[in-house]
Amino acid sequence: MKRCGYCDFNTYTPAELQITSELSEISRSYIDLLIDEAKLARNQAPQAGAIPTIFFGGGTPTLMEPSDLARILQELKASFGFAPDIEITIEANPDTLSLEKLSQLRATGINRISVGMQSTSPHVLKVLDRTHNPANVGSAVKWAREAGFEHVSVDLIYGTPGESLADWENTLREAIALDIDHISAYALIVEAGTKLAAQVKRGEVEVPDDDLMADKYLLADQLFSAAGFEWYELSNWAKPEGECRHNIAYWQGRNWWGLGPGAHSHIDGKRWWNVKHPATYRDRLLAGEFPAADSEILTATQIESERVMLEIRLRSGIARSSLDAAAIDRLQSYVAGAQLDAQSWADGLVVLTQTGRLIADRIVREILL
Amino acid sequence: MPAIELSKAPQPAATNPAQIRNFCIIAHIDHGKSTLADRMLGITEVVEQRNMRAQYLDRMDIERERGITIKSQAVRLPWRSGIDGQEYILNMIDTPGHVDFTYEVSRSLAACEGAILLVDCAQGIEAQTLANLYLAMENNLTIIPVLNKIDLPAAQPEKFAAELAKLIGCEPEDCLRVSGKTGDGVVELLDQIVAQIPAPVGDANAPARALIFDSVYDTYRGVVTYVRVVDGHLSPRDQIQMFSTGVRHEMLEVGVISPEPVASKGLGVGEVGYVITGVKDVRQSRVGDTITTYNNPTKVALAGYKDPKPMVFSGLFPLDGADYPLLREALDKLQLNDAALVFEPESSAALGFGFRCGFLGLLHMEIVRERLEREAGLSLISTAPSVVYHVFSDDGKEMTVTNPSEFPDGKIASIMEPIVRATVLAPSEFIGTIMELCQERRGTLLGMDYLSEDRVEIRYTIPLAEIVFDFFDQLKSRTKGYASLDYEPIGEAEGDLVKVDILLQGEHVDAFSAIVHKDKAYAYGVMMTSKLRELIPRQQFEVPIQAAIGSRIIARESIRAIRKDVLAKCYGGDISRKRKLLEKQKEGKKRMKMVGRVEVPQEAFIAALTTDADIDKAKAKAKS
Repeated sequence: MKRCGYCDFNTYTPAELQITSELSEISRSYIDLLIDEAKLARNQAPQAGAIPTIFFGGGTPTLMEPSDLARILQELKASFGFAPDIEITIEANPDTLSLEKLSQLRATGINRISVGMQSTSPHVLKVLDRTHNPANVGSAVKWAREAGFEHVSVDLIYGTPGESLADWENTLREAIALDIDHISAYALIVEAGTKLAAQVKRGEVEVPDDDLMADKYLLADQLFSAAGFEWYELSNWAKPEGECRHNIAYWQGRNWWGLGPGAHSHIDGKRWWNVKHPATYRDRLLAGEFPAADSEILTATQIESERVMLEIRLRSGIARSSLDAAAIDRLQSYVAGAQLDAQSWADGLVVLTQTGRLIADRIVREILL
Repeated sequence: MPAIELSKAPQPAATNPAQIRNFCIIAHIDHGKSTLADRMLGITEVVEQRNMRAQYLDRMDIERERGITIKSQAVRLPWRSGIDGQEYILNMIDTPGHVDFTYEVSRSLAACEGAILLVDCAQGIEAQTLANLYLAMENNLTIIPVLNKIDLPAAQPEKFAAELAKLIGCEPEDCLRVSGKTGDGVVELLDQIVAQIPAPVGDANAPARALIFDSVYDTYRGVVTYVRVVDGHLSPRDQIQMFSTGVRHEMLEVGVISPEPVASKGLGVGEVGYVITGVKDVRQSRVGDTITTYNNPTKVALAGYKDPKPMVFSGLFPLDGADYPLLREALDKLQLNDAALVFEPESSAALGFGFRCGFLGLLHMEIVRERLEREAGLSLISTAPSVVYHVFSDDGKEMTVTNPSEFPDGKIASIMEPIVRATVLAPSEFIGTIMELCQERRGTLLGMDYLSEDRVEIRYTIPLAEIVFDFFDQLKSRTKGYASLDYEPIGEAEGDLVKVDILLQGEHVDAFSAIVHKDKAYAYGVMMTSKLRELIPRQQFEVPIQAAIGSRIIARESIRAIRKDVLAKCYGGDISRKRKLLEKQKEGKKRMKMVGRVEVPQEAFIAALTTDADIDKAKAKAKS
C-alpha cells in the first residue's frame, strides 16, 4: 500500500508504522480507539445535541471493514443521537469499491459517497501517484446508485504538472456525464514535504502555471453550470439539494468534533488538534487521556478573520453590514472590476463573481488588512 | 638596539627641529602599509610586544576590516640612527588611502618633509598611489621608494624597482626592499628616513602657525585636532584661534601620540601632535585650517585651506519609517567626526522620509552608509547616486540640481555637469577593454604611457556621473581586478542630459528618476521598466510601467493582472493554518508601499535601486 505523491494528510501506511497485522485487525483496533475518543467527546460536550452530519475522510476510509464503520456509527448514535436527516459521507478510492462493498457501506447508514476521480488522463494520474483505473470511476458511481446512496460526488484535481487544458476538459466532460449530484474540483497545491514538492524542487516536474490554473477553473465553472451544477463554494458545485452540508458547516464557523490522530476540532471559539502519530494517539487513549496535542482559544479578531475568510468562499457571501466602512470602501474597486457581484452588492452582500473567486484570498486581505 | 626608551628620548616642546623627521607612507590598500607601521612601532619599541595587535593604528572596526585607513594619525617614534648614532624623533603621519579623500591626503602631505612610497612588489604601483605620489612631488617632498613584501614567492622586485625608478627619476638600486611581515629591511628604512628626509625648518620666534591635518571626534574628549607646528610654539596655557573663522578656543590639552595620547608641555617648530579644545564638532576644527595663538596671532595663513565639497549625492531612507529620528541622530553623530558629510531632510512619495546626503565620493558614501547601519543598527535604502548639475533655463536662470526630483520641468538652455580626469593603471593586455569602457562612458582620451613593458597608464576625461554609476565595478570586472583607478575633478562641461522618469500606472515614482545622457535614456528606461516588471507582484488590475522624458514615453512594460490568488481547499485543519498565514501577510502588507493604487513591496524598491555589482558584493559579504 502506498500514499499518493501529492497527499499531505496525516496518513501512515502499515509498513511505516511497522505493523504486520492484517488490515482487518488494524481496522478493528483503530475503530476501538475512535470509540474511546467519542466517549470522551460525549463527556466533554454534554450540551451537544443530535448529530446533523458525519464525514469519514482524510485518507481512504473505504479500506476499513464496513462492520467497523458500523460500530463507530452505532456508538455515536447511541451517545449523541442522530438528526432525522443526518448526512453521513465517506470518501472512497474507486479501486476499493464493489457493488457488494457499497451495499455493505450503505447498510451502515452512510448515505453520501465522494469518489476520488481526480482525472481521466492516465499520465496525470501517474504524476499524482494515483493507481486507480479511470474506468472504475464510472462503475463505482453506478454501483453506488444501485446500492442506494442518496448523494454521490466526485473529487477532481486540476493543474497537475503535464495536464493540458484539453486533458482537463476531457476529465470535466466525463465527470458531468456521471450520475452524480456534486463535484469538488481542486487546484493542485504542491504541499511542502510531499513527494511531489521534492520532485518540483529537483526540477523533475514543472510547477503548474497560475494562468493556466485560472483558465482551468473558468472552464470547469462554465461546464459545470451548463450541466446544472451550481457553485456554492469556491471549489464545490452541486445540483439542487446536492450540497455537502458537512463542509458548509466548516465555512459557517459551526462546531465540529474531529476523531482520530491529527484530527482538528472546533467548539465555540476553541480549536484543538489531536496528536498526529497513531501510536501516541493510541497510548493517550489507552491511558484514559484526552488525545489533544494543543489548542487555541480564538480572540474576537481571530474569530472575525476566520468568518470573513470562510464566508467569502460561499455563494451566500458576507453581509455588507457586518464589515466596517473602510473595508466596504476598499471593496468598491472590486465591484467596479467585476470581481464582486454588482447585484448582490446592491442587495447588501459581498459575493464573488467567477473571476473574483480566483482572487478570493486577495479580497480577504483587502477586507481584513 | 637603536630604539630609545621613551622617558630618555627628546621630549615634546624641547626637541631641536634638526632632530625631527616628519614623513608619511604613500601606499595602496593592501600593499602592506599598516603591517609596516606595526613593524615600526615594534622596532622603535613605542609599543611593547605584549600590547601589539594587528593594524595598531587603525581605530575603527571598518578600517581594520576593510584594511584601509579612513582617518589619518600621527605617531611619534624615537630612534637612534644606526648611521650617525644620534637621537632622532620620527613622526609618522598616516594618510588616508583613497581618492575620495585626496584633499585630506594633500594636507597630511603638507605636514611632512618626506614620503615613503610603498609598493607591493608582487603587484606594482596602483593608480591612486601614483596620484598621491604626484601630490607628494608637487609638495616637494623627498620620496623614498620602498618595495614591500619581498618575502612573497610572487615578488618581482627588479621589475617594480625599474618602474618606480622611472616614475620618480632615481636608480632602481635606490629602492629599498623590506618585508613588513618579517621585519626585513625595516631598521635600514628607519635609518634612511633620518638620512634622506630633511629636518623641518621654521621660525621659533614667529607667531604660532600650526597646520590642521586631521580632526577626530572622541566621545569622551570632544574633538581631537592633529597639527603640525610650522612656526612658533603651542603651549597648554595658550588660547588658540582658527584662522579661517577667527573663533577663539581654550586649549585644554596639548600632546603627542606615542602611540597612545600623552599630554606634553607643548609643541615646538616641526613637531607633530594633537590639541584638545573642548570643541564638539569637527566642522569647527577643519582640516587644512591654520591654528594660531589668540594673544599673538599670525597674519599669514598656511597655504591650501579648502572647504570640503560634496561631489556625490544620494538619498538615504530608513527601511522602517519609524527609524527616521534614529537616522537623524546617527547622521548628526557621524557629522561630528566627518566635516565632509552634509545632509538635509528629504521626503519621497515612494520611500517616505529620509535625508539627501552629500559625499566626497563613492567610497565615502559606502563608508557612511556602512557606519550608519553598523553603529546605529539601521537598515537603509539608498537611491542611485547623483552628481551636482548646473541647469540653465531659457530665461538665463541657474539652478543647482543634486537630486533628479529638483530637475526643472520648463525649457532648458543648457546643463553643466562635473568632469573628472581619470587615470587608469593596468596591464597592457587590457588597453582595448579599458578604452572601450571609457568610450562607452563618454570619455575623451588624453593620453597613454607605458610604466613598464607590460603596464600602462591611460588618461581620460569622463563625466563624473559616469564614474559614479558603476564605472569602477565595470573596470574591475572587465580587467579581472587588475586595473586601478584614480580621478580628480577638473571642472564642468556641457552635457546633453535629460531626466528619465519612471511611472507606475501613470504615477511618477520619484525614487527611480535619473538624470542621464540623452543617448542612454532609452537603455535606462528599458532596464528600469523590465526590472520593475520582474520585481513588482501582479495586482488585481494590469499595471503599465513606463519610462518617460517629460511627457514622451520612451519605454513601456506591463504587469498583467493577477488571475489566481486563492487556496483551493479550506476544511477543518486548514482553517487555523490559513488564518495564521493571513496574520503573517498582515505584517507583509505593512511593508508595502502604495504608489497610487499599486502595492509595491519594499524589497522591490531595494532590488530596483541595487546594481548587479551591489548584489555580488552583498553575496560576497554573506559568504565571508
